[in-house]
Amino acid sequence: MFSYTIRRLTALIPVLLGMTFIVFMMIRAIPGNPAQIILGQQATKKAMAALTKELGLDRPWPTQFWEYLSGIFTGDLGVSLKSRVPISEEIWPYLAATIELSLVAMLIAIVIGVNAGIISAWFQNSWFDYVAMVVALIGVSMPIFWLGLMEQYIVAIQWDLLPTTGRDNIRDPVEAVTNFYLIDSLLNNRFDQFIEVIRHLILPGIALGTIPMAIIARMTRSSMLEVMRSDYIRTARAKGMKMFWVVYKHSLKNALIPVVTVIGLQTGLLLGGAILTETIFGWPGIGTYIYEAISYRDYPVIQSGILVVAAIFVLINLVVDLLYAAIDPRIKYK
Amino acid sequence: MNKPIIEVKELKTSFRTDEAEVPVVNGISFHINPGEILGIVGESGCGKSVTSLSIMGLVPSPSGKVEGEILFKGENLADAPESRMRKIRGNDIAMIFQEPMTSLNPVFTIGEQLIESIRIHRKWNKKMAEARAVEMLRLVGLPRAEDLIREYPHQLSGGMRQRVMIAMAMICDPALLIADEPTTALDVTIQAQILELMKKLNKETETAIMMITHDLGVVAEICERVAVMYSGRIVEEADVRTIFQDPKHPYTIGLIQSVPDMRDKKERLYSIPGNVPKPGAAQPGCPFAPRCAHAMDKCVTKTPSLKSLSDGQKVRCWLYEDGKGVKLNDTAIS
Repeated sequence: MFSYTIRRLTALIPVLLGMTFIVFMMIRAIPGNPAQIILGQQATKKAMAALTKELGLDRPWPTQFWEYLSGIFTGDLGVSLKSRVPISEEIWPYLAATIELSLVAMLIAIVIGVNAGIISAWFQNSWFDYVAMVVALIGVSMPIFWLGLMEQYIVAIQWDLLPTTGRDNIRDPVEAVTNFYLIDSLLNNRFDQFIEVIRHLILPGIALGTIPMAIIARMTRSSMLEVMRSDYIRTARAKGMKMFWVVYKHSLKNALIPVVTVIGLQTGLLLGGAILTETIFGWPGIGTYIYEAISYRDYPVIQSGILVVAAIFVLINLVVDLLYAAIDPRIKYK
Repeated sequence: MNKPIIEVKELKTSFRTDEAEVPVVNGISFHINPGEILGIVGESGCGKSVTSLSIMGLVPSPSGKVEGEILFKGENLADAPESRMRKIRGNDIAMIFQEPMTSLNPVFTIGEQLIESIRIHRKWNKKMAEARAVEMLRLVGLPRAEDLIREYPHQLSGGMRQRVMIAMAMICDPALLIADEPTTALDVTIQAQILELMKKLNKETETAIMMITHDLGVVAEICERVAVMYSGRIVEEADVRTIFQDPKHPYTIGLIQSVPDMRDKKERLYSIPGNVPKPGAAQPGCPFAPRCAHAMDKCVTKTPSLKSLSDGQKVRCWLYEDGKGVKLNDTAIS
């Protein structure tokens, strides 16, 4: 298991290398010159040439790429063209904001999705099953931006129950320690802020969690239906076991592998694909960070931002693979 | 003889399909005395397994319907609520199944599954339950029982798994063990071992066994009394010696003739022409009539009743309506 993990981690290197190269080439293919954007429309040719040289963008791309790569191996993700701050220092608050939101969204998605799937399978063809599966179908087909806007309009504005945007109350901001505000507010002994952070998380959490929730519910249901027809479930019932435990213990553990796969993929997608939700809810996350960098042609930020997201995505998949062995003893990694 | 442990009276089990209600078990009656081994024999699809599921209260609802009486120690299980059935299953009546390869849950250890079986019914602590589990594994003849409880089903062979299933079924000392084709999926040598084991446990624990099988060899090996089923009905019932030496019903005779005989080198093995009628293919008269060499006009219009002959033998055939019957010889049928 240990050597398997090491080998999988080693296999990540070429994947990330290839990914870095593709992103590096792609952003340079987008029209637009960083020097021009930094200096504005009225900039002289001379000033632009000087800035381009200063930023190192006049050198041939293999040199640039090599320099970028060698930086990464020493933990240097480059310097933002816009803020002139090293990206490795700048990126963490954004990343933490995204991770916090994604985890909350996945928590909502998993708790509701898995249980809805289980109950639907348990009481197949009942009214609950029909309602849950119709809701799940609506869930996967709903555009997130529309759902987010509707949440804001109805819950935040019409009913005035929850805040519309941001991570915390701007008049009483959370003092950052780890940049996970749920933790920071507690570290600062500010329980009132903790509640406030939760209130800010609910609407974007639901918006972001809806699609994964629907996918998880459908996957859990079909996987459970298959398992519940198997012989060992009949054995469990013949033992005199309560149906609840037959379902939640004997069936669920067997049905979990495809569900865990979907959960892993969806978590990865959320981390990288939360741009829409982050924009709508003014969430200062990695999506917003990369989005702004793109409009600014901030090459190093785009490169490193995508690299970090990709690395997390691949790591989550590794964790999922390792979880398989924990769930099903028949799977052994050598 | 003392009172029977279980008495089934006019059991009818039917399944509702889109079109109609299909009777699978069509009014069968039998009883099993304490410590007795009753064989229930018949071709696939004659309702043997459904009979056992009816006794266990595991007929799938809501499509399945059980009518009649199932008197277990005087209590009618046919209309017992699920909560009562749960207390009986695994504790008073236990069951083992045909497929040892798939009847154990692949994601739990042998020990977990055995211990669970006790702790559903007894308020024992883990340690006592584990000791009992090890004891049971030894009782069913499994070597290194202490290690075995930490292993998973996929690490065991089919024969070992069936032994585990038997240990699991016998762990709460049931009064009745229902064995649904327990040796069908096993190698011949293992079959003999498993039958030997069941015979031994029957002697030692005085657990009555209802042995469902299509294999007359199994019947000859361990059963004391036999009920032959055909198309959801019992067509003949007698003690095992009588069944083999003096079978009455043409179907029973056919079954016995289709067992290969080493002394008699025939070119072809005898088989009863035709197939078991599909459940629900309702027709008046004896269901075996279309395949019977002795069919009379009466047979296709009226269903015969189960007639008691001398020394406990019962037969459902018009040939024996007067209580005497004819002596059927081999040539008459083949």
